[in-house]
Amino acid sequence: MPSIHVDRDRCKGCELCNDACPQGIIGMSKQINVKGYFYAEVTDPGRCIGCMLCAVMCPDLAIAVHGTAVQYRLYDYFQPQQP
Amino acid sequence: MTTLFARPESMSERITHYCPGCTHGVIHRLVGEAIDELGIADRSVGIAPVGCSVLIYNYYNIDFQEAPHGRAPALATGAKRARPDLIVFTYQGDGDLASIGTNEIIHAANRGEKITTVFVNNAIYGMTGGQMAPTSMPGQVTTTSPRGRDPALAGFPMRMCEMLSTLRTPAYIVRGSVHTPQLAVQTKQAIRRAFELQMEKRCFTFVEVLSTCPTNWGMTPTKSLRWLQDNMLPYYPLGVFKDPDQQERGDGQVPTPWRDSDAK
Amino acid sequence: MAKKLMKGNEAIGEAAIQAGCRNYFAYPITPQSEVAEYLSRRMPEVLGNFVQAESELGAANMVFGAAATGELVFTTSSSPGISLMAEAISYIAGAQLPAVFVNIVRGGPGLGGILPAQSDYFQATKGGGHGDYRLLVLAPATVQEAVDLMMLSFQLANKYRNPVMILGDGMIGQMMEPVEFDPPPPMHGLPPKDTWATTGAKGRKRNIAHSLFLDPEALENNNHVLAAKYEQWQKDEIRYATYNLDNNPKLLVVAYGTMARICSTAIDELKQQGVEVGLFRPISLYPFPSAAICECARKIGKVISIEMSMGQMVEDVQAAVGHDIHVDFFGRAGGIVPSPDEVVQALKARLQA
Repeated sequence: MPSIHVDRDRCKGCELCNDACPQGIIGMSKQINVKGYFYAEVTDPGRCIGCMLCAVMCPDLAIAVHGTAVQYRLYDYFQPQQP
Repeated sequence: MTTLFARPESMSERITHYCPGCTHGVIHRLVGEAIDELGIADRSVGIAPVGCSVLIYNYYNIDFQEAPHGRAPALATGAKRARPDLIVFTYQGDGDLASIGTNEIIHAANRGEKITTVFVNNAIYGMTGGQMAPTSMPGQVTTTSPRGRDPALAGFPMRMCEMLSTLRTPAYIVRGSVHTPQLAVQTKQAIRRAFELQMEKRCFTFVEVLSTCPTNWGMTPTKSLRWLQDNMLPYYPLGVFKDPDQQERGDGQVPTPWRDSDAK
Repeated sequence: MAKKLMKGNEAIGEAAIQAGCRNYFAYPITPQSEVAEYLSRRMPEVLGNFVQAESELGAANMVFGAAATGELVFTTSSSPGISLMAEAISYIAGAQLPAVFVNIVRGGPGLGGILPAQSDYFQATKGGGHGDYRLLVLAPATVQEAVDLMMLSFQLANKYRNPVMILGDGMIGQMMEPVEFDPPPPMHGLPPKDTWATTGAKGRKRNIAHSLFLDPEALENNNHVLAAKYEQWQKDEIRYATYNLDNNPKLLVVAYGTMARICSTAIDELKQQGVEVGLFRPISLYPFPSAAICECARKIGKVISIEMSMGQMVEDVQAAVGHDIHVDFFGRAGGIVPSPDEVVQALKARLQA
């Protein structure tokens, strides 16, 4: 089950991830982070497909994406170190 | 569960000073990922410009030099000639490369220096507060063109990829963009190829990346992506302008599309 | 190595190669283009790098880039070109990098002329570019001395991690004299390159060659670090020569470079006429040998500064001597090199006054 994790205090509230998500499941929190920005948060985690488009568009390295090993072979984007 | 996406190792953990939604952050990461994937971090030297990305060295764990405004290609030339084993790259904005530094970039390209230049084109001067850039669009309102850029007074925007690709010396010249995730991934592939060509000691490599400046364009980050798409893309076509593997093309001004299936 | 008859410009180039420098980036400008011409042939012979840059801006910044990787590098130019390099020189000093700049001075200001002059004294010794930095300035008077100082300059640049300037003039550049290349001074005891050179951060903390310090206290600290170096120069790097000070001279001439040679011929002529005049020849123009000049001047009582300019070093001589002795000045501008006879007339006039 893929999921993303938004680093709340790195987020600058730019909303580019909201725009990029094809599932439309990223929104902005009503709370502010330590810098005063409304940070991004996932509104419907069950529908995340691990496409990583949110992480690709994030300018602040605030999003980490987790998924199963099968999924990353479908997207030749992130090439982790071979063991 | 595996981590599918995380911070590249060549990048530091520091939170950037860039404005919210500034695509410098995206482009920094693309460069960092390329450096990581090619395993060249411990012999890379970056050359920082003057502009919004003057502090770029704070966001990487590699050696950096800080150049005077516009002179980064000259520093890169000196560093690469003195130490050809290092991977030397410059990262420059519109003012640095297309205004004060046009002479340096043209001659570095013409001499075929084996360096990589990442040119961030956001059609405005960010750091100094939103003045007109040589790459600003006609009609674009900036602090030094308050009634919109008038081509009769200021000329038309400069297309650096097209200009540099008229030089006879072989080079890899490509224009990409980061306003959609798909194009960001393609731009990363272009940046990666540019570094690979440097590793093979082939030619001068130049990657222009269209990007946004929400603060000085006066719009939200997501609106800026649309503005780029509607206003900059028609004038700055994406694609490969020059590739050392291609034969000399008679119509050198027309870029190769990303994939042949994109060709009309 | 046997003595060889060489043109000044070429000897300067050869001296750099003998000192181990393998990087030279320059732009042609009269009267020093021969350095580039000579090195364009010689550098590839020693597997070095020569690039004719697109402008002096390009050349100086290529020096910056190469210096930051810890390699020996130098450039040459003449007055208008050095003005263009001022920005890069300021950056190199601020980033604490070693580099050697050679200024073969020509008449100015502006496009000026192509004949020799000494009108860049202010530019060299007072910094030239912006900010609180100084250049270690050395002024040769013969082609042999130019060779020796060139070899020394690389060692000094690396010892202090600061740019060094050799202030020659069109005469030194163009004339031919016999030169001998001694082995260069040893390059040991220098700060380890790992701590500052950008050579790829493998197995060490990464280095940044930068002069930007947005925090004002950090910037002030950088300025103090630079100032400490310049203090050290005042102790260790003062160089000068004297001529005819033993025979109770009636007048002290202060001159440097080619002008000093002309003055020594004039002094010899006056000696034959029974008049004794002494010469003080500063070799390091910064740090300026103020204390030594003051000592000589106070013993003799009359001082004149002779330069191929409208009067630049005279101000430093006056400051060194003190205000109770007035330092006279004689000079020619426009690239005119005074003949020994002219100097004799000027000295006689001063002696009578």
